Amino acid sequence: MLRYTINRTLMMIPTLIGVAVLVFFMLRVVPGDVVEVKLRGDGGSVTQETIEIERKRLGLDKPLLNQFGDWMVGVATLDLGKSMWTERPVIEEIGTRLELSLEVAILATIFAVLLAIPLGTTAALMRGTWIDYVVRIATIGGLSIPSFWFGMLISMFLLGLFNWLPPITFTPIYVDPLANLTQLIWPALAVGYRYCAVVARMIRSSLLEVLNEDYIRTARAKGVFEKVVISRHALRNALLPAITVIGVEFAFLIGGLVVTEQVFNLNGIGMLFVQSVSRNDFTLIQALVMLVASAYVVINLVVDLLYAVFDPRIRYS
Amino acid sequence: MSVAILPSPPLPARRRTAILDFCRQQPLGAVSFVVIFVMMFAGIFAERVAPYHPLDIDFAGILTAPNWQHWGGTDAFGRDIFSRIIYGSRTALVIGFTSSFIGSTLGAVLGIASAYFGGKIDDWIQRFVDILLAFPIIVLALVVVAALRKSVILGIDVNLIYAIAIPIVPRVARVVRAAALSVRTMPYVDAARAAGYSNSRIIFRHMAPNVVAPYLIMLTAFIAQAILAEASLSFLGLGVQEPTAAWGLMLSGNAADFYREAPWMILFPGIAISLSVFAFNLFGDSLRDALDPRLRSL
Repeated sequence: MLRYTINRTLMMIPTLIGVAVLVFFMLRVVPGDVVEVKLRGDGGSVTQETIEIERKRLGLDKPLLNQFGDWMVGVATLDLGKSMWTERPVIEEIGTRLELSLEVAILATIFAVLLAIPLGTTAALMRGTWIDYVVRIATIGGLSIPSFWFGMLISMFLLGLFNWLPPITFTPIYVDPLANLTQLIWPALAVGYRYCAVVARMIRSSLLEVLNEDYIRTARAKGVFEKVVISRHALRNALLPAITVIGVEFAFLIGGLVVTEQVFNLNGIGMLFVQSVSRNDFTLIQALVMLVASAYVVINLVVDLLYAVFDPRIRYS
Repeated sequence: MSVAILPSPPLPARRRTAILDFCRQQPLGAVSFVVIFVMMFAGIFAERVAPYHPLDIDFAGILTAPNWQHWGGTDAFGRDIFSRIIYGSRTALVIGFTSSFIGSTLGAVLGIASAYFGGKIDDWIQRFVDILLAFPIIVLALVVVAALRKSVILGIDVNLIYAIAIPIVPRVARVVRAAALSVRTMPYVDAARAAGYSNSRIIFRHMAPNVVAPYLIMLTAFIAQAILAEASLSFLGLGVQEPTAAWGLMLSGNAADFYREAPWMILFPGIAISLSVFAFNLFGDSLRDALDPRLRSL
């Protein structure tokens, strides 16, 4: 197990280096940089000299490989530098927004998992009946309805019914839990529907597969109560593949809330992404990409390790 | 020359029974196919089908509620929403089909090559797939749209198609690789190699036809995802640009200011997106059950 963990952890490094190389050079291939946007963005005339001075100050005049080296050294020493636009440390810029996005992602996960387990299980056990069909249609609906439109419907509904408009400022949960939850529960619901659909479908199909296994027949043959067969023997094994999709979806939500944040007027990671790309704020974009990629890679690592814990066959192969 | 040849039914008849079988076993799939067909018809013949031109501005009739003249009502410029939805289906289908086709095909080739060559090449391709999977989709889209030179066909930016296709590649490559790994162990692949066929011939003529089932299923599923992605990007203002009619675009900008005055502006484009994506998802689902029930976890 220890060897497996170490191997699996080391495999993250090349992936992350690859992501770093990709984002770094991708950004520099695109014409234009933050200086152009900042100084020429509003159509003002600025001499080439001023632009060169500003570039020099930000270190954008150095050879690309040196810039890349500097950045990598920074990442290794956990110094992500300053935003090229606001000049504030990248960590600060990301910190408050991450809190918001993370909370929405967690709320959505709770909602999705709580609903998906009974839905997926019932659909599998009632296979072929009208209940299965209803669940199937409802879950495909979750995959099909764009979360931003669902969010718009929710806010339209809230506006019509309670005259509620999304607040302009974000209240952290430790300041006022109620205000915080009434603000974030709706976006969580909007993305949670899709999330729940993905997980429920996975549970249904893997439970159907597990129910065909020999050990289920054995359990039934030796007279174990059907309830126990389902909950103890079948569901436990069927939930493993579900952990994978829960992990993938969660990782996606950390950086993928862009559109939903727009609808609910939330200043999260997604909003920051769009802002920093339109400003060509290289340091901030790089840090954000590394954050999202690391989240994806680490969550996948955790999922794989959980697999190994629950399924000894993986550990010993 | 007196060998009795069994009369084989003419091809069209056989094909007809195959379609009938599919309809009988997958009624939901058949329904979804009808929706897709209607959408394609509307998209192709938009000029004939739509009651108004999608860009006709009518300031006397802005924000009209749905009525017999305007089935879907009108927007803030007095443009007919129903007509814009019909023209929007063309945009959605063109982007959905092309980007899913490009992404799935590239992914399939990568996946088969990875499984066929194995060893170092497999490792490298898998690393590359990992990197693409970890890379945030939105940044990929933003940078691709900004980086490449703009070339517009049918009012659609080709870069947008690439931007939506790239994230599809690693996802298809993963699934097709898994399918191709089991095909690789088949004796006919060894036979082909023993016969001295070239690698590309074995990949395209011997292995590719045997992973067609997962490929087709992924292709339909990703048409749905591509339509969703296009709608989201257009909603953010990064996808299709005005004046081209696109569903996501109809929901963007100041549409949210009309929650109270004109809910139909929000309702109908959203229903169009959901219904078409729903149809492709359902069709892909039924296709999977019909082609290969073992692939249920896709």
